[in-house]
Amino acid sequence: MQKDGGAVGGDAGREEGDGLWEVAVDRERCIGSGICVGTAPGRFVLTGGRSGPVRAFVGPDGAVLDAAESCPMEAVTVRERGTGRLLAPEE
Amino acid sequence: MTVSGETYAYPFSEPHRLDLDPFYAKLRAEEPLCRIRLPYGEPAWLATRHEDVRTVLGDPRFSRAAALERDEPRMHAHLRRQGGILAMDPPDHTRLRRLVAKAFTMRRVELLRGRTQEIADGLADAMAAGGDRADLVEQFALPLPITVICELLGVPFEDRGDFRIWSDAFLSTSKLTGQQVQDHIESMNGYMAHLIAERRERPADDLLGALVRARDEDNDRLSEEELVQLAVGLLVAGHETTASQIPNFVYVLLTHPEELARLRREPELVPRAVEELLRFVPLGAAGAFPRYALEDVEFGPVTVRAGEPVLVAAAAANRDPEVFSDPEGLDLGRSDNPHVGFGHGPHHCLGAQLARMELQVALETLLRRFPGLRFDGGPDAVVWKTGLLVRGPSLMPVAW
Repeated sequence: MQKDGGAVGGDAGREEGDGLWEVAVDRERCIGSGICVGTAPGRFVLTGGRSGPVRAFVGPDGAVLDAAESCPMEAVTVRERGTGRLLAPEE
Repeated sequence: MTVSGETYAYPFSEPHRLDLDPFYAKLRAEEPLCRIRLPYGEPAWLATRHEDVRTVLGDPRFSRAAALERDEPRMHAHLRRQGGILAMDPPDHTRLRRLVAKAFTMRRVELLRGRTQEIADGLADAMAAGGDRADLVEQFALPLPITVICELLGVPFEDRGDFRIWSDAFLSTSKLTGQQVQDHIESMNGYMAHLIAERRERPADDLLGALVRARDEDNDRLSEEELVQLAVGLLVAGHETTASQIPNFVYVLLTHPEELARLRREPELVPRAVEELLRFVPLGAAGAFPRYALEDVEFGPVTVRAGEPVLVAAAAANRDPEVFSDPEGLDLGRSDNPHVGFGHGPHHCLGAQLARMELQVALETLLRRFPGLRFDGGPDAVVWKTGLLVRGPSLMPVAW
């Protein structure tokens, strides 16, 4: 697995993703603003006042990238499954 | 839960200082979705429970954009088809929000804390040098957030005399006439268009410069009109609310001496105190920004029909006993505090982290520098703003 923010394309071909993305929410950081829930309908759900992904693995979907980029706490991350490459948020 | 069948005139009463009309508590307990009528526009539902308020603000079955086609419930006579980011839904809304969201993450805001402290210290120095009394609004609460947003955005602080007057137009319910509102908004937009033209000639490393680059690199991301409106929105929202909340918070503390003494003993409580004050202060003075149901949505026995508007009472939600223990009490050490003072959902306040940081710095600085801070002339000497969407003092004489 590459580390966070590993060079995009730098190690291309060394490992292959399987086309799915892994969506995660750091519940320690989450403040329950509901921004991700509204930005990517059906992808996030609030439980106990904190967000989490409805499904951890999803097909490519621009809305989950938007949700990760819009989170004020940078609590939402989207990675390529298999390689662990960070797709959002941008550093 | 009942449906009375009555339609109540809204707001229920003229705002008095920071009191919350007790009728909200009655509605929240007995009729959590009720019918209301604002001075203008079609009748609406009002949500008062925490859970319902979050649904209306966060559920994609409710739309802000739909209001543009309707006679939206409102405080002022004339419809303002302003559009802009507050009248958009995802994914359109997301396109604009993403352009600015990065500048307001907690990580980025923390980088501004040192400079914000410097500004606060400078203002406190000037107050102390001027004697033993001051107007907290003019000498501290306004210049602090105005300086921060000016530096962040890249707007000259010297121009504040003008844009402060124009800003009121965006928050006016009855303070200004329809003509004044229109004139001020035009002046503000013209001023911002001029600053944007300057950035095109002389690029700069501020947020305005970054937005101009985003627009000029890719026209599809941001139209010229959207660029102007977004920048104006950042300037107005970037100071009006924080400038109101600083004296509001001080007012609450000075009228709750036991809690104030506790905060002085335990200054490490400041971040929690800010959250509690955000919960406790009913900042809004009127109904605004209705959401329209895109399909039928059930709230217990009440069904909001597709096409019906709903307003939320955030201040009522913030005192919901289902969520907060001793909700009417001020507890500056409250740990679990999911208030909706910054709203909820896609329109959750963009500047929430910046406002939090500024309010923490402001409170900590005032407590540390002015251990004897008190009203100069008692609480009755405070003059309150009227005819605006937000509550707050326009003049707050303090002594120390």
